[in-house]
Amino acid sequence: MYRKDGTSYYIVDAHVALWDARPENQRNIHGKQFIDCFYDYHRNLSPKSEVWSYEEYLYQGGERLMKDLFTDGYVDHAIFQPAALGEFYYKGFGQTDEASELAAEHPDKLTYNHNWDPRNGEAGMDQLRVDAERFGLKGVKLYTAEWHGDSRGWRLDDPWAYRYFELCRELGIRNIHVHKGPTIRPLDRDAFDVADVDHVATDFTDLNFVVEHCGLPRLEDFCWIATQEPNVHAGLAVAMPFIHTRPRYFAQIIGELLYWIGEDRIQFSSDYALWTPRWLIEALVDFQIPEDLGEYAPITTEQKKKILGLNAAKMYDIPVPAELQLPEADETAVGPRGADDLVGA
Amino acid sequence: MGRHEIAYTALGAVVDPELDEPITTLGFVRSLVVSPGGNVKVHLRLPTSFCSPNFAYLMASDAKDALTKLYWTRRVVVELDDHHDSAIINAGLAADAGYRGTFGHEAEESLDELRETFRRKAHTAAMERCLTALLRADPQRPESSLGDVRLYDLPDDATTESLLRRRRGLGLSTEPDALVMVDHLGRGYALDDVPLALRRARSTRISIDGNAHFCRGLLRTRYGEPDVTTFVPLNTLMTEEGALR
Repeated sequence: MYRKDGTSYYIVDAHVALWDARPENQRNIHGKQFIDCFYDYHRNLSPKSEVWSYEEYLYQGGERLMKDLFTDGYVDHAIFQPAALGEFYYKGFGQTDEASELAAEHPDKLTYNHNWDPRNGEAGMDQLRVDAERFGLKGVKLYTAEWHGDSRGWRLDDPWAYRYFELCRELGIRNIHVHKGPTIRPLDRDAFDVADVDHVATDFTDLNFVVEHCGLPRLEDFCWIATQEPNVHAGLAVAMPFIHTRPRYFAQIIGELLYWIGEDRIQFSSDYALWTPRWLIEALVDFQIPEDLGEYAPITTEQKKKILGLNAAKMYDIPVPAELQLPEADETAVGPRGADDLVGA
Repeated sequence: MGRHEIAYTALGAVVDPELDEPITTLGFVRSLVVSPGGNVKVHLRLPTSFCSPNFAYLMASDAKDALTKLYWTRRVVVELDDHHDSAIINAGLAADAGYRGTFGHEAEESLDELRETFRRKAHTAAMERCLTALLRADPQRPESSLGDVRLYDLPDDATTESLLRRRRGLGLSTEPDALVMVDHLGRGYALDDVPLALRRARSTRISIDGNAHFCRGLLRTRYGEPDVTTFVPLNTLMTEEGALR
């Protein structure tokens, strides 16, 4: 919970990781290149006071994660979105055992999502059945740029992926977080293309598709798809820290998202450990769209509450204390909305 | 102009298709060495190891083509540094293996369609910049009126010049009475469709601008050097190894 100027916000950090990128876990040069790329993101977009040393960045561990998110970071609930990256790291990048055990220890604070890869075929589907039961999965994180043997990427509308989505449906895994990394095959086409999101969202209307970093670097294509598909949501991973380095650009991203897809389908995340949530939450609550960007309406407190936590809480059935909820729109049928707030005023 | 400068200018014609900017102003040219005999060696660098390899290849092969076309160049070597596909791309360039020869089973036909997609986006963004400038200059102007703006209505400035260049790239008319707000085939928009088309164009422009800034920033963070965006005489940029500082 974060409180500022008499207003309280329920916070869900919808995309966090517990990774291990230490040299002893790096399978090859790509393991180093991958974490170096993340570290450059971190150094480039963080305020100076929030920059970690490279050694800290390689691995945090559960204790540090709990402190950064919940003790220092105002977060009420966080959702693990692990990337496997088995071709780059011996034990994988996201630490399955450590993260899932931590989530089991703190079920009120943490939700563990797992991942699957359609290129694992039948065996992968059997594994998904086991994982769904073991972790009580409500969601999965899919990274389409994952390397796998001599394949260096896959598409959500591949026939095998459809079989996995059907299985998700059967297993009650309703929340599909999609990370559109640079998918390589085939190289003829745009590696960041989000058109496959459109296809699966149309064919699986009972699943939620949360597109991480709101489709960046293809914001425009993402917005166009999301505006037509009610089950497509925007995750703010990677987009959030622009609030510090480039607030006008952040204003335009948020302005575009609010215009095209609306306030109910945007989810905050720090993308921990890429960044830490504390400064991002403080900045978002203080944030306003600059007046000279007249093409966008100002962002409201209600919109911020939804983005910072209420949207993700709803998607994951996370209980929100009554005083931190917004009045349901339906309730206005029997009286003016917000009337309760006036009691005692 | 000396040969080194000529070669550098030739590299300025190579653009990052996604960011729609020359690789020279983006700082992607790490070093350029020209021997007295006309042999040329270029090292390119990108903001991350995981920049899309198809774009990386396009820029590297365009750079090689641009230098090979100069009548005096003999052996031209272009190498991409610090990328996850550096080995594949550099071997392909050295052997003049072409796109399919370089990437094997990961390549299907060609990168022409990809290039065209981004030419269209670059045009859309340039068009939006011109039209939004008109709106900002005259806030009372109704958005729907933008569908009737002609090229002669635009001020004679860099934004307009940039639009004209993108139009030439797509084979669109640059006659003064041509409509400004057109799609990639030169078709205008019905009055009712103008506001939505403008919104879509705006999201394209924001995406491109945002990516360009992010890439510049990452390059700076990665290599710890300032942007090479302002013109500095090339001889002052050369170190003994021939690297651009």
